[in-house]
Amino acid sequence: MAEQPIISLRGVTKIYGEGPTAFQALKGIDLDIAQGDFVAVMGPSGSGKSTTMNILGCLDVPSAGEFQFKGRHVETLDRDQRALLRRRYLGFVFQGFNLLSRTTALENVELPLLYRGEDKKQRYDMGMAALDKVGLREWWDHTPAELSGGQQQRVAIARAIVTQPDVLLADEPTGNLDSERSIEIMELLTDLNRNSGITVLMVTHEQDMAAFARTIVHFKDGLVERIEKGLRG
Amino acid sequence: MLGTTVILAFRAINRHKLRSFLTTLGIIIGVAAVVTMVTLGNGATAAVREQISSLGANVLQLRPGQGFGRGGGGPRPPDFKEADLTAIQNQLTGVRAVAPVVQSSGTAIYEGNNWSTTVYGTTSAYSEVQQWKVADGRLFMPDEEEAGKAVCIIGNTVRTNLFQNNDPLGKRMRIKGVSCQVVGVLSTRGQGGFGDQDDVVVMPIKFVQRRFTGDRDVSQIMVAVDDAYDTSVVQTSLEELMRERRKIKPGDQDNFNVFDTKQISDTLTGTTTILTQIVGAVAAISLLVGGIGIMNIMLVSVTERTREIGIRLAIGAVAREVLMQFLVEAIVLSCLGGLIGLFLALIASVAIAPLMQVPFLFDPKVNMIAFLFSAAIGVVFGYFPARRAASLNPIDALRHE
Repeated sequence: MAEQPIISLRGVTKIYGEGPTAFQALKGIDLDIAQGDFVAVMGPSGSGKSTTMNILGCLDVPSAGEFQFKGRHVETLDRDQRALLRRRYLGFVFQGFNLLSRTTALENVELPLLYRGEDKKQRYDMGMAALDKVGLREWWDHTPAELSGGQQQRVAIARAIVTQPDVLLADEPTGNLDSERSIEIMELLTDLNRNSGITVLMVTHEQDMAAFARTIVHFKDGLVERIEKGLRG
Repeated sequence: MLGTTVILAFRAINRHKLRSFLTTLGIIIGVAAVVTMVTLGNGATAAVREQISSLGANVLQLRPGQGFGRGGGGPRPPDFKEADLTAIQNQLTGVRAVAPVVQSSGTAIYEGNNWSTTVYGTTSAYSEVQQWKVADGRLFMPDEEEAGKAVCIIGNTVRTNLFQNNDPLGKRMRIKGVSCQVVGVLSTRGQGGFGDQDDVVVMPIKFVQRRFTGDRDVSQIMVAVDDAYDTSVVQTSLEELMRERRKIKPGDQDNFNVFDTKQISDTLTGTTTILTQIVGAVAAISLLVGGIGIMNIMLVSVTERTREIGIRLAIGAVAREVLMQFLVEAIVLSCLGGLIGLFLALIASVAIAPLMQVPFLFDPKVNMIAFLFSAAIGVVFGYFPARRAASLNPIDALRHE
């Protein structure tokens, strides 16, 4: 990898709690992720993959070690600075979709744009474009209750990509979906990775889903166990 | 930034219409209660002031005796003389008009109708002092006053009871067995604080003295103070003048009293103002309870929307924006409640004022204060839940079920 990795972890540790009850979730992670990569993070529960994802998503900070995102030392940033970083460069997709209820698909997708201060027209155009990308243009005025699980996850993906982020973080995005919907979602993510150049970081415990990635990182006991190439790698 | 949070607040309120309505109900009722009470209270105060001012503005009433009534025991203090009247007119500054009054009660008769009423013997100056207007006919002519002719001006109650729908002008009626000619009818003054002010017959003082009281004494002197002068200063010099004229030794008590109608006015309006304040304060407590209701619901709302807050934080909302969202939501709710409350108060005041026989007075100040107060309640009681929302950890908030 000739170019500077977009994400770089050096000796990252994370300790929850204090004193005798303290629990070390991460025991020193070194990891580089290149721009445009599609990374699947795998590992059993308690292996530290969720903690790592929280740190990579700038939602949490390491107890020690360095985390550089686009050359910035995230571990030195405060809460609001990290929020601004998320707003600008990151998109999130969750296992439970996490859409706002009683809110239309378009309004859900527009939400990040509101925080960016885009005007009404801009929000509408960008929101509809994102819905178009996930194939839900026709469903823009439906609330989550009126959409299937697969559709809801597509709306969530549209919300994550509407700001044209550099990195998309997906936490078990297919965990609540049947295998057919799961494959559709994975194909969508693959397409976004390949054609829109978005770096995708995905936590999964399903081998089938991890197979879509270029790189698979295995976690075990708070450490990176091994890194292997995916089918597309 | 603020525009965004206002949009978000309206969306959130719109998503939960019923809950939003119930949340604001406390504010609605509180504001409506406060504004209605104060508006009606102000109407009552104005009604009292209106009644008092019918006694004449800036008028000093000079009566024999101490305070109200004649006082117990001792010789009856002497009435005033005509010379007192002249002295007041000539020696005091700031006097606009002086009118003597002798009172007598008796029955008025016209063609088989009789009516028991009060006869005021006075001069034309009385109309100036009391600001009484003659609706029909005229005041006394100077020669009528001078000679004490048998002419009278009647109040509307007397007119109705004696003459029904007939024109009384020029008619002769009998008062206390004496015939007199009606030359004028007073304009209606209505029920004052002191009985029916239209139930009077006004006659030249000389006539009343000659035929009814039998002496030339004046039982009461009304002194109208010029607007440019301070009533209390004129009152003091009037008292000094009267002590001198009635030869009261220094240290002795006055055997007369001077009564400032403005004092009664102030006392009575003061009473209604205090009542208004008390009732308003009680209503303000309900407004406070309404504010606590908002805080209660907002706290529940923050808990219920923990995941939503997590999502917002994850997609890049800074703490201040989340705080602002919930704060603005509380403020918008309380302001909406305030506006609805003002509207209800308007309807209630307009409806109730006639029932209480007080005028409806729209007071922009009261409405403004009530509205600002409800907005302030939004800020105060919305801040705590909002700060709680803003301080949530995004990871925990997203995991919240």
